[in-house]
Amino acid sequence: MKAAVLVFPGSNCDRDLAVALREAGCDVEMVWHKQTELPSGVDMVGVPGGFSFGDYLRCGAIAARSPIVKALRSHVDRGGYAIGICNGFQVLTESGMLPGALLRNAGLKYICKSVPLHVATSDSVFTCGYESGSQITVPIAHHDGNYTAAPDTLAQLVAEDRVAFTYGDNPNGSDKDIAGVLSQNRRVLGMMPHPERASDSAHGGTDGARLFANLITELSVA
Amino acid sequence: MKAQVHVMLKNGVLDPQGEAVRHALGAMGFDGVSGVRQGKVLELDLADGTTEDTVREMCEKLLANTVIESYRVDLL
Repeated sequence: MKAAVLVFPGSNCDRDLAVALREAGCDVEMVWHKQTELPSGVDMVGVPGGFSFGDYLRCGAIAARSPIVKALRSHVDRGGYAIGICNGFQVLTESGMLPGALLRNAGLKYICKSVPLHVATSDSVFTCGYESGSQITVPIAHHDGNYTAAPDTLAQLVAEDRVAFTYGDNPNGSDKDIAGVLSQNRRVLGMMPHPERASDSAHGGTDGARLFANLITELSVA
Repeated sequence: MKAQVHVMLKNGVLDPQGEAVRHALGAMGFDGVSGVRQGKVLELDLADGTTEDTVREMCEKLLANTVIESYRVDLL
C-alpha cells in the first residue's frame, strides 16, 4: 500500500505521520503543496497537523485552496482514502470534503495533553481495529478544535454513524463531544487528536498505532 | 477602487473571543454591555470596474467560511 503525506509551509506533523505510516508497513511519499498531482498509485493521502500558512485568515483556509488539495479532491471523488489530522482536519472541512468547521476552543486556550477518546464507530478502515465504544488515549494539541456544524448536519452525522471518535471529557466545546468524523462514503476521516503521536511505546502509548496498522491491513487486502 | 469586507461569525455560533472581551469590559466597570461579537475586516485594492458580484465570489470561495461566518461587502 502506498500513501502520500502532503506538506504545506507550516506543517509540523508531516514527518511524524510518515514515520507512523512507515512503521505500519506503508510506502510513503511526501508531496509539496505546489504539486498539481499526487504520485501515481497512491491509495491513501495524509493531511498532517501543524500551522499551514501560519493559520492566516482561518486555520487550514489557504492550504485548502492550494494546488495539491485540488488533486486530493479528485482522489477523494474517485473513492480514494484520506486522513486529516488536526490542521489536516481543518483543511478537509475548509475544502468541504468533510462537513462542519473547527472554531476557537471554548476556553480560548491552546490545549496540549493526552485525552481519553471513545471509538464511536468501528465501521471504517480507520477504526475497525478498535471495538466500538472502547476508550483509547491519544494526545491533542490545538487552539481551534471546537467542532461545530449546523443542527441538521450533526443529526445526519449521527444518523449515518459517521462520528468516528468522541471526547471522554470534552476539552474544547465541540458539538456532541465530536473529535473525528467520516465522509459519507466512510473513506475520509478527519480528527483533531493525533494518533501519529501515540504510535511509539517510547512516546507514551500506542493506541494510535492501531489506527495505522488496521488501515494498512484493510487497504492491502483491498 | 477599494472594497471593504466584513466577516462575522453567524448569529448562533458561539464566539468565545467576543465573550472574553465582554467579560473584560464588565470587569473594567463598563456596565450594560450585554454582548460582544468579534469579527474581521479585509480591505481589498481592486482594479477599477470590479463588480460587487466578483467580490462576493471571493467571499464565498475564500474570505469567509459560510458554514460559520457571514459577510458584508462595501465598495468604496
